Amino acid sequence: MANVFTSIGDWVTERVPNMMPAYRKHMTEYYAPKNFNLWYYFGSLAMLVLVNQIVTGIFLTMNYNPSAAGAFDSVQYIMRDVDWGWLIRYMHTTGASLFFVVVFLHMFRGIMYGSFKKPRELVWLLGMLIFLALMAEAFMGYVLPWGNMSFWGAKVIISLFGTIPYIGDSLVQWIMGDFLPGDATLNRFFALHVIALPLVLLLLVVLHLAALHEVGSNNPDGVEIKKGPKGNRWDALKPADGIPFHPYYTVKDLVGVGFFLLIAAFIIFFAPTLGGWFLEHDNAIRANNLLTPPQIKPVWYFTPFYAIVRMVPSFAGTAVWGVLAMFGSIAVLFALPWIDVGAVKSVRYRGTGYKVALTIFVIAFLSLALIGTDMTDVLFPMLFGSGIDLTTWTNTFGRIMTVTYFGFFVFLWLYTHLGWEKTKPVPDRVTTHD
Amino acid sequence: MANEVVDHGRRRFLTATTAVVGGIGIVSAAVPFIKSWEPSARAKAAGAPVTQSLKKIETGQQLIVAWRSLPIFIVNRTPAQLAVLPAQDPRLVDPHSLVDQQPKYAQNGTRSIKPEWLVMIGICTHLGCVPDFYGEIKPEPFDPKWQGGYYCPCHHSRYDIAGRVYQGVPAPKNMVIPPYHFVDDTTVQIGVNPQEAG
Repeated sequence: MANVFTSIGDWVTERVPNMMPAYRKHMTEYYAPKNFNLWYYFGSLAMLVLVNQIVTGIFLTMNYNPSAAGAFDSVQYIMRDVDWGWLIRYMHTTGASLFFVVVFLHMFRGIMYGSFKKPRELVWLLGMLIFLALMAEAFMGYVLPWGNMSFWGAKVIISLFGTIPYIGDSLVQWIMGDFLPGDATLNRFFALHVIALPLVLLLLVVLHLAALHEVGSNNPDGVEIKKGPKGNRWDALKPADGIPFHPYYTVKDLVGVGFFLLIAAFIIFFAPTLGGWFLEHDNAIRANNLLTPPQIKPVWYFTPFYAIVRMVPSFAGTAVWGVLAMFGSIAVLFALPWIDVGAVKSVRYRGTGYKVALTIFVIAFLSLALIGTDMTDVLFPMLFGSGIDLTTWTNTFGRIMTVTYFGFFVFLWLYTHLGWEKTKPVPDRVTTHD
Repeated sequence: MANEVVDHGRRRFLTATTAVVGGIGIVSAAVPFIKSWEPSARAKAAGAPVTQSLKKIETGQQLIVAWRSLPIFIVNRTPAQLAVLPAQDPRLVDPHSLVDQQPKYAQNGTRSIKPEWLVMIGICTHLGCVPDFYGEIKPEPFDPKWQGGYYCPCHHSRYDIAGRVYQGVPAPKNMVIPPYHFVDDTTVQIGVNPQEAG
């Protein structure tokens, strides 16, 4: 038997000589810093969720009917009549929310440890493109069940483009393929959601990893192991503080996968809607073009950005400013490697000003999410009495938080470009070596 | 062949022209795909006038009918609701309806042909949601001094009961008044201007 496998292996290697070297380069001989902590689980978890979305998505398309007349019923059909259809759909919907959980944590890790800094700018930019594609993918998937939230979500998000002066209205019609979201809209979103964007996402993930493996992984100390001493147990020329990705980090990541699947399974089996946070109640009502749901707001992962749109009033006869602010809140992240040019990467050795600013930034982001989820409608009366003018309070708070969000980047630019930062000494090697 | 001198100028010219012609080809080939996203002929054909009787709409009530798949708000406004309209002017973005969001015959203080009857496309001018009708003049959670009007659930824009947008909200313009006319005292037709009705 062994001889058969060996000869098949030789036969393949003769014809594809680069396969085993590529495997070694990216797995067994990819030397990652040995001091990865908990924050380094989320990249591999994001890949796991991506695989889950693709597999469950393929099976959902087998019973889903992409038409305004049939979509809603076909989702109910999947939930009630298709054997295990409910499980496949809940895996897909829970996966969507958990995708954003791990991606937000993965991005925050990158900001905190300076993983976007030279020489990893391209890794960051490709990651941001993945984030953009993921948001588009999530939005279009949200429209497909054609419930009332789907319909109005589609209407509002597409109308964002309608705020562009002069071309806005015709652009909106072009995207919808009609004067309201309808059959044409649903069909094209289906095509984009199940084939176009997944292909883009997969390509971007490959490029993200290729770019990462070229420069090597950053780590919680933010030191470059490639610049440190050479020679480890496996290779005399490779970094002393590196360990092979496989088996060391594949095994470590499996522990994270175990925990993650435990949480995911709990949600899928016991709380698939998570009380309206992962799946909204109003989307169990058919699309109705005459009735906007009274409790309309996006799913939780879009709420900080949604809150920014809501906080910016119209000016000079156009609503484009709020939309610009919202897109700007994402665009500014792309520019992070050129905004934060501090030489020290990791938060562990950065100045106090940075630590304070990062904390405030997280508070601002979460506060905007509180506003976007309408939690402030409950919190404010609880804290300040039921007699307060809720609109004024929310708007004031939200506007301060919006300015704070952007203020973080302004501060970071000044702080690092003007040399205000007082950093601590960075160790020569990762702190946990040997 | 191998001995011939390479004419770099000629080669650059050929490369450039090939690239330009190829680029034009790609752009031209993209046009049908991009145009395929425009509303189809079938989508454009939909949309006839709608006739609605007003007999069953009590004062202070709103009825919503569909015209071109758009929600049309028809409100029988009370004298109290009409009386507070002029007082709203300082708080509004466009109190005198100067922006072209209504036919000429509705460019007045009540934005209507008959003062009591509001006929309006119920679409928020921010991002296209249908605002909720809060007709009563009483304190609301979102405004303790509410004077009756519309509140959009999507991004919390507010309008008075003539569909005029308040300042400081995301919506930039007053809601649109469609072409309409009164067939008789108790019947309205939406989609046709008075001068076109005959």
